[in-house]
Amino acid sequence: MTAADPVVEVRGAVVAYGGRPVLRGIDLTVTAGEVVAVLGANGSGKSTLIRAALGLAPLAAGSVRLFGTPLDSFRERRRVGYVPQRLGAGSGVPATVREVVRSGVLARRGFARLPRRTEAHAIAGALAAVGLSDREHDQVGTLSGGQQQRVLIARALAGQPDLLVLDEPTAGVDAASQVAFAGTVELLLEHGTTILLVAHELGPMEPLIQRAVVLSAGRVVHDGPCPRPMGHHADPDHDHVHPHAPDEDAAGWVPAVRDRA
Amino acid sequence: MSIFTFDFMIRALLGALLVGLTAPAVGVYLVQRRMALLGDGIGHIALTGVALGFLFSWAPVLTAVLVSAAGAVVIELIRARGRTSGDVALAVMFYGGIAGGVLLIGLSAGTSNVNLLSYLFGSLLTTSWSDLVIIAVLAAAVLVVTLLLRPWLFAVCHDEEFATVSGLPVRLLNLVLAVTAAVTVTVAMRVVGLLLVSALMVIPVATAQQVARGFVTTMLGGIALGVTISLSGAVGSYYLNVASGAAIVVLAIAVFLLVTAGTALLRRRGGAAAARTATTPDLGLDDEHVMADG
Ligand SMILES: Nc1ncnc2c1ncn2[C@@H]1O[C@H](COP(=O)(O)OP(=O)(O)OP(=O)(O)O)[C@@H](O)[C@H]1O
Ligand SMILES: [Mg+2]
Repeated sequence: MTAADPVVEVRGAVVAYGGRPVLRGIDLTVTAGEVVAVLGANGSGKSTLIRAALGLAPLAAGSVRLFGTPLDSFRERRRVGYVPQRLGAGSGVPATVREVVRSGVLARRGFARLPRRTEAHAIAGALAAVGLSDREHDQVGTLSGGQQQRVLIARALAGQPDLLVLDEPTAGVDAASQVAFAGTVELLLEHGTTILLVAHELGPMEPLIQRAVVLSAGRVVHDGPCPRPMGHHADPDHDHVHPHAPDEDAAGWVPAVRDRA
Repeated sequence: MSIFTFDFMIRALLGALLVGLTAPAVGVYLVQRRMALLGDGIGHIALTGVALGFLFSWAPVLTAVLVSAAGAVVIELIRARGRTSGDVALAVMFYGGIAGGVLLIGLSAGTSNVNLLSYLFGSLLTTSWSDLVIIAVLAAAVLVVTLLLRPWLFAVCHDEEFATVSGLPVRLLNLVLAVTAAVTVTVAMRVVGLLLVSALMVIPVATAQQVARGFVTTMLGGIALGVTISLSGAVGSYYLNVASGAAIVVLAIAVFLLVTAGTALLRRRGGAAAARTATTPDLGLDDEHVMADG
């Protein structure tokens, strides 16, 4: 695949809930190896856009192609990893961190058998990448909010996707872990992973973002280089120097996320 | 022990064993997706199936499987649509199932209320060997599905949207789970009865998850508890001469309450112990930290 190949192509997407349009004709193209951030106010339709791109939100009009294939006939789902904004109703039965991350590997293996070692390796790599190796056997529900978010990131990484779609992956994640997450993103980029992410504050990821798409009320109002910080970031009193330097917890994010050539 | 009671005991214990194995194995998925009452609804629908069996003199276990599986598929289709009106549709189906069943049984000659009660509350006494053979085959199928498909069913029940993005056949897995739940209801119907089926799907799982950290441990713990409770309840009901279903469920609830009280007590003690060790020596350190940060 060459760098110019479109990985995500959304054309004229319209999504409406109960007759109220949430996306009003959106075009979005993400090409291979790109890192694109979707920005915008609460309720502007960011989550809906990426959910539509993944076939989770019904399109009233428009079309979506993934890796050049129309979504309806797209079969290589294993090439896509998804980190939701939050886990819906939550599970009624406890699950360990490892069990949740393991379900990310299913994307890759389908119903086929995967050598136990390959699977264990993928899980361990994903857990190490989010710095949760030591919490592997803990119940997800007992982790903090930011740690639970990192479990969802690990689950997506475990599938070793070519396209990673993340909905506010660093919301509620502490500064050190955000720096570490930026390191993971950098590493994934080196391996040619395409990344589409929703964010409110880019933080330490900002230098990695190649393009920003800003939504407002369901329309694209900006598509290009990262806009200057807005909102409370523009506040002159806002301290951009984060109080915590990356520490050993954060260092856990960086190690080999992917082991394939 | 006479030959008759010996034969009865074997049948009773076999039936109880199969129910104890299968009900929590399916129940863990239903509890996981917060549909603990699904088994109850299917149980209501199954009564119509039982009645059809009486009416046409077919094996009630078989007609119950067919009708409740069909009902489970409809329930799943309604759930997948996620409409609010679905709630009412489900209620109509469940009550329709009970009413239809009672009506059809009334129409069929030669079946008494005693017979009906044995399906509603379980009666090992009237479970024949041919019933047991059908039950055993169905139970084997339930165990194969719930144990072998565990990673995929877990993924779908844990996060349906992620499973969809991953390319898992979410709709198919959901239907398989629904039909498996329906089959389990009919497996359990002779032992615990249609009105109490759901209890054995839910309570052992709810008990196990108080002490377990993960899904697999909850599942296996639930099955172990289910088997133990179901076997002891069946034996107990024989000696007390009460309905097996009621005995098993009361026992399950007793164990649940005991474990709940026990874990609450342990947690309180553990919490108190942790508080004692945490307060005294660490105070100085904590102060230093605050100073440094401020
Ligand atoms: N399933 C749904 N049913 C009805 N309305 C919905 C649904 N999903 C989203 N909406 C509506 O669509 C609008 C956009 O929602 P969306 O989640 O895309 O916003 P967002 O930009 O991701 O916001 P946030 O920054 O808070 O995550 C909101 O007004 C929301 O109420
Ligand atoms: Mg959102």
